[in-house]
Amino acid sequence: MTKEGAAKPYTASELLAVMAARLLRDGQVVFAGVGIPLLAATLAQRSHAPKLTILFEGGVIGPFIVPGQLPPSTNEQRCTRRANMVLPIADVLLLLQRGYVDVGFMGGAQIDRFGNLNSSFIGSTDNPTIRLPGTGGGNDISSLTQMIVAMKHEKRRFVPDVDFITSPGWIKGGKSREQRGLPTGGMWRVVTDLAVMGFDDERREMKVLALHPGVELAQVQQNTGFNLLADKNLEHTEPPMRAELDVLRDLDPQRLYTA
Amino acid sequence: MAAQPKAPLVKPYLQLRKETAERDRGLREKVMTLEEAVTLVNDGDHVALGGCTLSRTPMAMIWALVRARRKNLSVSRSITSSEGEIMLASGACNHIVTSWFSQGIVWGVSRVMRHYTEKKLARFDEWSHMSLGMRFRAGAMGIPFMPTRSMLGSDVGRMRDSEVKKITCPFTGEDLLLLPALNPDVALIHVQRADPYGNAQMDGLQFMDIDIAMAAKRVILTTERIITNDQIRRTPDQTRIPFFTVDAVVEVPFGCAPHECYGMYEPFFDHLDKYAERNKGDVVKAMAAYLGEYYYEAKGWPDYLNKIGMSEVLDAARRGRSVFND
Repeated sequence: MTKEGAAKPYTASELLAVMAARLLRDGQVVFAGVGIPLLAATLAQRSHAPKLTILFEGGVIGPFIVPGQLPPSTNEQRCTRRANMVLPIADVLLLLQRGYVDVGFMGGAQIDRFGNLNSSFIGSTDNPTIRLPGTGGGNDISSLTQMIVAMKHEKRRFVPDVDFITSPGWIKGGKSREQRGLPTGGMWRVVTDLAVMGFDDERREMKVLALHPGVELAQVQQNTGFNLLADKNLEHTEPPMRAELDVLRDLDPQRLYTA
Repeated sequence: MAAQPKAPLVKPYLQLRKETAERDRGLREKVMTLEEAVTLVNDGDHVALGGCTLSRTPMAMIWALVRARRKNLSVSRSITSSEGEIMLASGACNHIVTSWFSQGIVWGVSRVMRHYTEKKLARFDEWSHMSLGMRFRAGAMGIPFMPTRSMLGSDVGRMRDSEVKKITCPFTGEDLLLLPALNPDVALIHVQRADPYGNAQMDGLQFMDIDIAMAAKRVILTTERIITNDQIRRTPDQTRIPFFTVDAVVEVPFGCAPHECYGMYEPFFDHLDKYAERNKGDVVKAMAAYLGEYYYEAKGWPDYLNKIGMSEVLDAARRGRSVFND
């Protein structure tokens, strides 16, 4: 993170979770991954969005997470606490296809200027440098609904073109997503520990919308492997509030995801 | 490897019907041991696993297959965790069909998965989560494919080019992707309760298990406990898998260890942490040692649990029952 100045009273992961939570709105149905997305969605529920509903790809509608008992994935019994319904995997994912989901929310290993995510192969598919675990529900979620991604802002993660499109963003920009057979959804926001980014309406290239406290645009660019656009009304986000951090620390006292 | 006739991607319908017609679908008892159930699985079979990630993994049946030295299985599962690593490292499996393969997010990228896939010792076919679910569903429905709007435009779809078909919808003119039905040779499914006939009740998340059971040619059910048929008939609305799809019922308490079984035990996190720690060095050596200790040298399933340790078993059970505290 920022090299200058005194140590901040929050970690980079906490900053990510707070900034991502603020993007969610009351009443939304949010398809969330575990880790930062789940923490952020729960924080939103406990602050400005009490009517927000979380869906898990394991087959859960509307659970509440018990503080200190964060699920290891979206598929264990901890994901079902106080849920409204559990249903088979295919059926919960079909809710995306049917259109009941407002936002898909996940973490990312590697992203490119058009918001495509890679969690499958670093290097070539024939001789990968690293075989990553793969899509899980990521491909389905990003193919079928509007997306928010939360990830660390590092040059090696922000590349001009991903090695492999696991979860489609705007593909090659412009109208290419629609032309490839994906008329709905698309990458909406990328939240990092430095900034909040969106995508240009025409070219669908990544654009900085807001900088986090103490961050300069040049610093964001330095940590990005391609040229970023910048919104002409570039904003600064408000620092995390004590109340927001308290909720996160209550949910994750062992700092599994917020260290 | 001897050349084998290449099976068609989608099982021909008349063959599917013939295989089903030939199964004994009478209301009969099918209770047997793990070792007896192993004989229902042949080398090279396509084996679908119930559960997902750390949940309701049919670990005891996998343990028995590894001990019986089954070879060259293709294994499909919604999300693959340490059971996939065990099947690759033991040589039981050389082909994984799944949407995600690693021990779990908190343990990082699986070094065992990386070793076997990057060195091309095993195939890892990646499908999207929903697509794999729809393939099992098509298999369960007795139709050759399922159309979806997922996997279009991505490299996940491109990698599966020879197995999927992009079509123009005859009604709307839209692009759709057709996914081939998947009818496994064998399904391994673990549940909380089943009767001796194979009527199975599962609590909590169902994952792809019902479709897998309906799609498969044979089903091996392991269960935390065997209940009477009378008990099943008191709550038929809780029965998720009907007896006539099932070929074997094996009673195995803690049959998912070190994974979880909803309402009964949570994952054995200490054991899984230690297992992950062992795999930070030479994974071939580490896995051989693990398999030796917990698989080949164990005298039986209770001894396997002994080796994991009473304190872990009790702690997992205490946490497991905590879902009923709300």
